[in-house]
Amino acid sequence: MDPNTGAGSDGDGTPVGRRLVLGMLGLGAGAMAAAPWLQGKLETALGAVADKDPTGVTGLLPNGGGFRYYSVTSSVPHKDADSYRLTVSGLVDKPGAYRLADLRALPQTRLVRDVQCVTGWRVPETPFEGVRLSALLDAAGVRRGAKAVRFTCFDGAYSESLTLEQARRPDVLVTLKLRDKPLGHSHGGPVRLYVAPMYFYKSAKWLSGITVTDEVRPGYWEERGYDVDAWVGRSNGRDDDPTA
Amino acid sequence: MTPPPERTTTPAPRAGERDGGSRVLRFSPAERWIHRTTALLLGACVVSAACLYLPALAELVGRRALVVTVHEWTGILTPLPALLGLVSRAFRADLTRLNRFGPHDRRWLRAALRRDHRPQERPAGKFNAGQKLYAGYIAGAVLVMAGTGLLMWFTGLAPLVWRTSATFVHDWLALAIGIVLLGHIGKALADPEARRGMRTGRVERAWAAREHSLWRTDEDARERRER
Repeated sequence: MDPNTGAGSDGDGTPVGRRLVLGMLGLGAGAMAAAPWLQGKLETALGAVADKDPTGVTGLLPNGGGFRYYSVTSSVPHKDADSYRLTVSGLVDKPGAYRLADLRALPQTRLVRDVQCVTGWRVPETPFEGVRLSALLDAAGVRRGAKAVRFTCFDGAYSESLTLEQARRPDVLVTLKLRDKPLGHSHGGPVRLYVAPMYFYKSAKWLSGITVTDEVRPGYWEERGYDVDAWVGRSNGRDDDPTA
Repeated sequence: MTPPPERTTTPAPRAGERDGGSRVLRFSPAERWIHRTTALLLGACVVSAACLYLPALAELVGRRALVVTVHEWTGILTPLPALLGLVSRAFRADLTRLNRFGPHDRRWLRAALRRDHRPQERPAGKFNAGQKLYAGYIAGAVLVMAGTGLLMWFTGLAPLVWRTSATFVHDWLALAIGIVLLGHIGKALADPEARRGMRTGRVERAWAAREHSLWRTDEDARERRER
């Protein structure tokens, strides 16, 4: 020890560094154990703050609430009332294409449900409005032998699927409005699918094609390991509260 | 404010010292490569994380499957350079220096908490107490991120409640790491000589005497042995 500085030579002394590393590991394990409780507390607290936060910063924090933007392609073209088309094809009597105005002219259904993403985030009581998918299927005339519906998107890559029985549910919409406003591009506008009882990856954004098929063809994420029958709380190894 | 007292005089260049006298060896080539590759991996990991997480960037970049792959692999490989670096004796010696805290480190930390910048209140060996704390923190944090990341990556590894908890820890610790990393980069940007040390391996002797007054360089040690 140097009597003038009170310093030991470099490399002697208490092994604080090692304790710090082990402490971080312990803290991580402890936070894992406390996470279910902590997460609930934080969600409540952040939710309260977010209600009064004009900057929107709380929305960026973990568990801060709100939608997240996920796209599987590098860029997605923009479609408007002129350029947008929704085709209906496959095992149907009357294949055809809808313009945005055609869809708007059909009877609209409004649903208010929670949105649950398979990665964990949930957006409570969100109003969706649009045309029931079953109405479009009935108008096209589904042929005998049809078993499923495949959805394709104008981002050029995404796809989804439902069994015919699932597709005919009254809480499956071809959505034109979110939160009572026309569906914006970042939310999958002008038209997206909304499958209320399933995880949100089933609700394909930028919907451009509905094809009736004789078997279920797994969609984009389903080829990458996600469940095809994506019921909220009963699939993908998750136990979230059901959304429908 | 009282003027800073006389510093200990910088030793004159000594005979037998290599590379032009006034610059001393701080980091060996192995150590610089460890730092460089770790920075590259962790940097790519952080950038890809931002592209997955921040809505504005996610919208700009898209390509989610690709970005996820980049994030997973750069993340899990981040500890690798340091592990491989354990074959370097200089690196192992520096890990020992980073690990051990002496009385002078307590003094340095107390001064830092008081925002006291006088050099004589900031005694430091090769690494000051702040650098030591940063090293321990980031090493532990990277390991926790790797562990929680693996639980999310390989969903079959553990029951669901673990995965939800891992996501929670991963997200919040990411925020904490981001803030501390910005501090690390800010400190480097503020001190060109420290950056030169990491880039070229050598630093000005005067800088070393000022910032790391208790550091006995390898050259000092060799000289002492030779005497």
